[in-house]
Amino acid sequence: MDSTTSILVKGIGKRYKIGAAQERQDTLRDLIVSQARNLGRFFSGKRGLSDKYEHIWALRDVSFEVKRGQALGIIGRNGAGKSTLLKILSRVTDPTEGYGELRGRVGSLLEVGTGFHPELTGRENIFLNGAILGMHKKEIEARFDEIVDFSEVEKFIDTPVKRYSSGMYLRLAFAVAAHLEPEILVVDEVLAVGDADFQRKCLGKMGDVASSGRTVLFVSHNMSAIQRLTEESLVLDKGRVLMRAPSGEAVDFYLNRGLTKLGERFWEEDEVPANSAPFRPLAIRIVDKNEQVSDSVRSVDPIRIEIDYELTEDVTGLRVGYYLFTTRGEPVFTSFDTDAEEMFREYTARKAGVYTSRCLIPADTLNEGRFVLGINASSYGIRRYFQDDQALSFSVDASGAPGTHWPESRPGAVRPALQWTIEERGRA
Amino acid sequence: MAEAKTNSAAQVVTLSPSKGWLGIDLRELWHYRELIYFLTWRDIKVRYKQATLGIAWAILQPMLTTAITSVVFGYLLKVDTGSLPYPVFTLAALLPWHLFQLSLQKSSISLVGNANLITKIYFPRIIIPLSSVLAVLVDFAISLILLFIVMLFYKLPFTWNMLWLIPLTLLSILAALAVGLWLSALNVQYRDIQQMVPFLLQIWMYATPIVYPITIIPEGTIRYLYSLNPMVGVVQGFRWALFGGSPPDMTLLFSSAAVILLLISGLFFFRRMEKTFADVV
Repeated sequence: MDSTTSILVKGIGKRYKIGAAQERQDTLRDLIVSQARNLGRFFSGKRGLSDKYEHIWALRDVSFEVKRGQALGIIGRNGAGKSTLLKILSRVTDPTEGYGELRGRVGSLLEVGTGFHPELTGRENIFLNGAILGMHKKEIEARFDEIVDFSEVEKFIDTPVKRYSSGMYLRLAFAVAAHLEPEILVVDEVLAVGDADFQRKCLGKMGDVASSGRTVLFVSHNMSAIQRLTEESLVLDKGRVLMRAPSGEAVDFYLNRGLTKLGERFWEEDEVPANSAPFRPLAIRIVDKNEQVSDSVRSVDPIRIEIDYELTEDVTGLRVGYYLFTTRGEPVFTSFDTDAEEMFREYTARKAGVYTSRCLIPADTLNEGRFVLGINASSYGIRRYFQDDQALSFSVDASGAPGTHWPESRPGAVRPALQWTIEERGRA
Repeated sequence: MAEAKTNSAAQVVTLSPSKGWLGIDLRELWHYRELIYFLTWRDIKVRYKQATLGIAWAILQPMLTTAITSVVFGYLLKVDTGSLPYPVFTLAALLPWHLFQLSLQKSSISLVGNANLITKIYFPRIIIPLSSVLAVLVDFAISLILLFIVMLFYKLPFTWNMLWLIPLTLLSILAALAVGLWLSALNVQYRDIQQMVPFLLQIWMYATPIVYPITIIPEGTIRYLYSLNPMVGVVQGFRWALFGGSPPDMTLLFSSAAVILLLISGLFFFRRMEKTFADVV
């Protein structure tokens, strides 16, 4: 590896046991029981321990090189192996095979606020978190004012962070991590949280990091952020590198190759946790007025949301529905397919089979902006089968909506067409 | 700045599957010394943050235990402690015992308690149980004040011999760390450990001459086997360093040997388990 190379990875793979999900030896009792069973098998001449687990390669045969000062994006669906790759690069977990070299200090921005302790004050947490992220006390002291400044919480710096609002907490945590200044910065989806202003600030800071000659690895579902911050990207699918290309090209490839489609989201079998059975989500999609799947709909048209799923057994009391959030995470509303009383009576029990639950959001409901759909399938008071808070996102365009003849932005997530009357009550 | 950058950029980290048994990397541990300091500091700070009596608990706990054992074993059961008043006799043993007990309690659950760090950030994992043991030292130092007050009250002399308390304290910390390494690593996989620890400690306490004198254990082979419990040497050593009498001799030797054995095996076991922590915890 020559001196301009920052990261070199050759044939890295990571294997997990998935038998472990169903038959995890979490307790000694399990261990004893399973050992006894193996002993039984041993004496009866049946198979031993080794075939009990199924193995899954979360990552296989991944090789790439990153030059110093380069920003590399990593994109792929959930379960494609992005997080596993970052975990290996940040040395949290060992690869099962392969070899890699990193030149310089690696700083992870994996989840903002890792290592914060709620009982400690902002000041104390800056030092603690800095140390956890690998900073020396002197470095933290030297940058302390800068960190506090960036976080905008100077007034509360001596208050325990458990009294912080979630926004303050987040700003402080990001501020510490952003001032870490490692040679290699690893960033995993931090921008999924926080308000728009804060996201802009984070992106700006990350841009600074990249332009100051340090290496950045950036994992995100935010395609525009990927394109803005990175020159090149890796596309991962099922643990393998599908392509490496300039980010614009990689994003196009990712979006068009059915790895994801705008306005529609599919769940592969390996993306669904085993414990969600008998419910298995297949797809969720947004359908516009022209029966087209789309991720950009108009608020003056009705919007249809469709959820496809399979029941592998008969289920009683099932309700399938969604949460609607703004991208800032504010809930807008929640709705289930058996909310209406007659639906509840008719669909109390559902036979095994494939279903689609459709929901119509009437015209003139949502304001302009971007929204996130979370999916939930549960039997009330019994169990939750499946939940994905970020199943799909879409944009609403408000042109033609009530009040748009004034070119101003209206606050609020909804924009209903409401009835007004104006009555003249006499003349002055 | 450019200078510093090339320097640190020169350090190359390799990623590869780790195999077999690994020793402990002292140089890396030294590199992370500030993290040890901050995690220790966090543990101390957080422990008493919302307790009204705060750090006073470090004195109250041994005081209350001394009071209870003095009533039950000293006053009611009339355990023979020679010329020493029973409260002094038991307090001198309770201090290192509390150090050991608390260290073991904290360290055995430490990895699971810090799962969020382990699954997200790299650092030598041994820092976690190590710093939770170190945090208990502060309590111990404070509880020593109680001992000195009690000694003044009973007009017992302060001697140079008391300097032996330092290596003895170290021995009891190492004993706690050794067992803590085993238990914390096992607890990652088997949460039964944390249910087991209170009972283990209870048995251990009665297997240590804290509320009774060692003289009730028959001399010879049985006494030697008994001394394999590291805390026997520590407790006997504490009494000797503080109040004189017969030196702990062979007892201490046996106990130290047991600690060293436990510690080395614990380190290797911990290092072996370490690489699966992030995947299993």
